Amino acid sequence: MKIVIVDTECANLTSVKFAIERLGYQPVITDDEAIIGAADRVILPGVGTAAAAMRNLHRKQLIEPIKALTQPTLGICLGMQLMTAHSEEGDVECLGLIPAQTKRMQVGDRPLPHMGWNNVRATNANPLLDNDTDPYCYFVHSYAVAKDDYTIATCDYGDTFAAMIRKDNFIGAQFHPERSGAVGRAMLKRFLENAL
Amino acid sequence: MLAKRIIPCLDVRDGQVVKGVQFRNHELIGDILPLAKRYAEIGADELVFYDITASSDGRTVDKSWVERVAREIDIPFTVAGGIRTLAHGRELLSMGADKLSINSPALMNPELINEMVDEFGQQCVVIGIDSYFNADSGEYEVHQFTGDESKSRRSQWQTKDWVNEVIARGAGEIVLNCMNQDGVRKGYDVEQLASIRRHCSVPLIASGGAGAINHFTNVFKQADVDGALAASVFHKNIIAMAELKQQLIDEGIAIRPIEQGVL
Repeated sequence: MKIVIVDTECANLTSVKFAIERLGYQPVITDDEAIIGAADRVILPGVGTAAAAMRNLHRKQLIEPIKALTQPTLGICLGMQLMTAHSEEGDVECLGLIPAQTKRMQVGDRPLPHMGWNNVRATNANPLLDNDTDPYCYFVHSYAVAKDDYTIATCDYGDTFAAMIRKDNFIGAQFHPERSGAVGRAMLKRFLENAL
Repeated sequence: MLAKRIIPCLDVRDGQVVKGVQFRNHELIGDILPLAKRYAEIGADELVFYDITASSDGRTVDKSWVERVAREIDIPFTVAGGIRTLAHGRELLSMGADKLSINSPALMNPELINEMVDEFGQQCVVIGIDSYFNADSGEYEVHQFTGDESKSRRSQWQTKDWVNEVIARGAGEIVLNCMNQDGVRKGYDVEQLASIRRHCSVPLIASGGAGAINHFTNVFKQADVDGALAASVFHKNIIAMAELKQQLIDEGIAIRPIEQGVL
C-alpha cells in the first residue's frame, strides 16, 4: 500500500503522517508528481490560508496532476476546501474537483474560529463514518463549505455546513481525523483499507 | 453541538512536568510522554504544554519532546513558552504541535501576533494572558515573565484592553489565566471571565483555580467559556476525568463523552 501525503508546505503534515503511522503504514510526504500519481491513496492536508496553499500548489506545478488523480484522495480541513471550485478566503480559485464554494462561516455571536469537538452527522452514502452515532470530531476553521448534493456529513455551528464532501474518488473532511481520537483513527483506517 | 473542552495543562521544566502554587515552589509531577498519553486515553479534549522557564530564562523550549508527543497522541495539543520568532514557531508546528501559545513575547512585541497569524493562520495562534487582580487599584493587570518569581512583573496593559488588542491583531484563541486563583483550587474567576467573554469574539479558555467539579460547572454555565484548563486536580487525581465529564453532561453542558474504543 503506497500512501502519499501531498507536501502542501502546511503545518499539519507531521500530525497526519504520525496518524497514518499509528495505523501501521509508512506514508511518504512528497511534492513529486510521479510518486503522487503512483500512490494507492493520496492525502491532501492543509492548515493556513487557501490563497497560500494554492500558491504553493501552483509553484510546485501540482494543480493538473492532482486534478488527474483517479485513486481515493482525502482532503483534510483546508485540503477539503482546496477541492472546491472557489474560496472566499483570499478570493482564490481552487482545484474545482468538487463543484462547491468555500465561504466565511456565518455564526451570529458565536466565537470564530469554530474550534473544538463537534458532532458530525454522516449521510447513508458516507463510506468512512457510521451514520448512527453522530461522533464528535475535532474542528478548527473559520471558512466552510455549504451543505449541498455532494455533502456526505454535516455539522452545526450557527449554520449547518458540510463536514464531509465527496465526488467520485475525491473525499473531503472539514475536521481533523488525525486529531479526532478513536473516531478519526477508525475513519482513516477505512479510507486506507476499504474499497472506495 | 460544539462541546466545551476540558484541557489538562502540563507545565514543563527541563523536560519534566511540574506544578507550582501561584506560579511558585514547583514540584515534580512526572515524565511528559506517559502523562500526555494517559490524558489522551482518559478523555481529555486537548492538552497544553507550557515550558514555564522558557520566557523568563531567555531560552526557548527544549523541542525534542514535541515530536514524541505528536507521534503518540491523537488529540490536539498546544505548545507554549518562549516562542519569539516565526522560525521557532514553524519548527514546533512542523514537529506536530497544533497550536502555538504566545504570552510574554507578544507583550514585548505585539507585531509578533500579526506575523504569526499571517504565516501560520489564525487557528494556530493562541494568546496566553496572565491576569492579576490588584485589590488596591481594583484593576485587572496583565503580568509577564510569570514563570520566574524574580522576573515576574506587571505590564502596561489592563486585561480587557490587551484582550481587545490581541483579537484585533488576529489571535485565534485566548487563554485567560487568573493569577490570584492559580494553584489554590478555590474555583475559576467566574466574574472576570464572564466580563471578558462579553467582548471576546474568539474562543476563550479559563485557567487558574480549578479544585472541584462544580468549579467547571460554574465556569461553563456562568462565564460561557469554550474550555477550562486545569493542572493539579488532574495530576493529583483530585478529579477523575470520567466523573467530571459525566457530571457536566448530567448538568446539561455539551461535553464530548469518553470514547468506548471505536476500533
